[in-house]
Amino acid sequence: MTVVVWIVEGTWQACIDAARRFAQGMDVILLHITEEGPAAAARGARTGLLGRSHPAHDPGKRIEAAAATAAANLLDSAADRLGRPARRASRSGRAEHEVTAACADADLLIVARDGDLRRLGPKSLGPATRFIVDHVPCPLLLVWPDEPPALASMPPHPPPPPPKRR
Amino acid sequence: MPPGSVIAETSSVLLLLVVLGGAVIKPRGLPEAVTAVPAAGVAMALGLVSPHAAREEISQLLPVVGFLASILALAQLSDREGLFEAAGAVLARGRGNLLARVFLIASAITAVLSLDATVVLLTPVVFATVARLHARPKPHVYACTHLANTASLLLPVSNLTNLLAYTASGLSFTRFGALMAIPWLAAIAVEYVIFRLFFASDLRVAERRPPPENAQVPFFALAVVAATLGGFVAASALGVNPAWAAFAGAVVLAVRALLQRRVTPAEVLRSADLPFGAFVLALGVVVAAVVGNGLGDAVRPLVSQGTALPGLLAVAVLAGVLANLLNNLPTVLLLLPAAAAGGPGPLLAMLIGVNVGPNLTYVGSLATLLWRRVLREHDHEPAIGEFMRLGVLTVPAAIAAAVVGLWLGLHVIGG
Repeated sequence: MTVVVWIVEGTWQACIDAARRFAQGMDVILLHITEEGPAAAARGARTGLLGRSHPAHDPGKRIEAAAATAAANLLDSAADRLGRPARRASRSGRAEHEVTAACADADLLIVARDGDLRRLGPKSLGPATRFIVDHVPCPLLLVWPDEPPALASMPPHPPPPPPKRR
Repeated sequence: MPPGSVIAETSSVLLLLVVLGGAVIKPRGLPEAVTAVPAAGVAMALGLVSPHAAREEISQLLPVVGFLASILALAQLSDREGLFEAAGAVLARGRGNLLARVFLIASAITAVLSLDATVVLLTPVVFATVARLHARPKPHVYACTHLANTASLLLPVSNLTNLLAYTASGLSFTRFGALMAIPWLAAIAVEYVIFRLFFASDLRVAERRPPPENAQVPFFALAVVAATLGGFVAASALGVNPAWAAFAGAVVLAVRALLQRRVTPAEVLRSADLPFGAFVLALGVVVAAVVGNGLGDAVRPLVSQGTALPGLLAVAVLAGVLANLLNNLPTVLLLLPAAAAGGPGPLLAMLIGVNVGPNLTYVGSLATLLWRRVLREHDHEPAIGEFMRLGVLTVPAAIAAAVVGLWLGLHVIGG
């Protein structure tokens, strides 16, 4: 039995805690996705300077190097918090596609909510997480990154539709 | 070739496209000047631009190129002193709204040390800092690349386009800054609001764990940059070209670093990016051919004169569209004669268009993006869609807000 834990900046702690609680005895894969947008945007911005700045100063390259270090550090922190052996997987690309693909042979995926965290209710997921919930080919555990808000935060029922006129 | 004929104009435009194509493709990674300088020579040999006009163009551009070289060197040498690392430490130390801090720092650095400094030197530092805070890098990095353009409205030194317009305008340094202050703030505010909404889910799970950061504050570099900024104002008041202040600032940092043997003379020279200067001069000659053979007359009626709001908006939109069809540098050279004739209003409105417009695509212009697609050099361009959506939302709104701000400024301060 394998559980994939998607490690994302800002919410990963809750996912590790959920793995400790709900995935005992399962093989853990800690998965981090480096998005390619930032490096591409920086490299593109340099192209926009029409050749000012020396090639040695390519900000895209510096960002890629920093991203590799940051991913390794984040996975180290996650492994420390988990406190038991785990495989680490670092991929780059579009988060939603990479996470979905990484779950092809998994038995469980643990993901954190990253939408509106102030209330129980919709806009619960950001666009990438929404895609993963819709497409992932295995069971899914969706956790709150913090203590969930009180039940009273649930929005009221929408008003009934107006009576149809004939 | 008879000047002003269709064939002369067509040849000039073709030469311009060759120059711009060479700058994007960069055959064998050679500097842009390698295509541009021969193209300028061809323009002169074919009689598309008279030797007199070419000499006039070069003598107008030469001080601008010197100014730019000084600013580029100032930024690079400040980086060597640790100024940008210190900016990262300041970013990490604050609490709460990380995006707002990125906006403040990127806007200030762009305004004072130019957009080049933000793109090349600040953006990687912001990425590393944000990643270390375990926050999501994308909104913050995109903010840097957007602000490199949007926040470059404020001062003549913030963007090469501004330097070109400033030199042609006869405005003083401080007056330029005063007229552009409201547009600058308005455009940044629009970007901030749209970023907060666009990246709501990434920003809601903000930083969790601010680790202690201890970067040395580079007091010397900071003092030199501050003194240079003061020098701009003082030089402008005394009627001296502010380029000398930038030059002095760069020299002070260079001499100190050379004496301490932290840089070599070759590195100092490289930081001033002289081949790029040659490229600007050659591009200026080729654009002079394009303008002189008819396009200048064609453009003039499109650039309205005066300070009425609809006219200012039209100039900004025209400049923004052209900046995406060509690139903002040739666009400024192309529109400058007509815009400068209209006074500060149309001139500064043009700058709003050419400076904010490039945010539509992340490579500075649609044309560049298409070139790259056609060449298939970058087959795998990630996240284009998201960046373009962000551009489509921010660019029209920021241009509109900035132009209204300019219109207000022109009426409050007086054009």
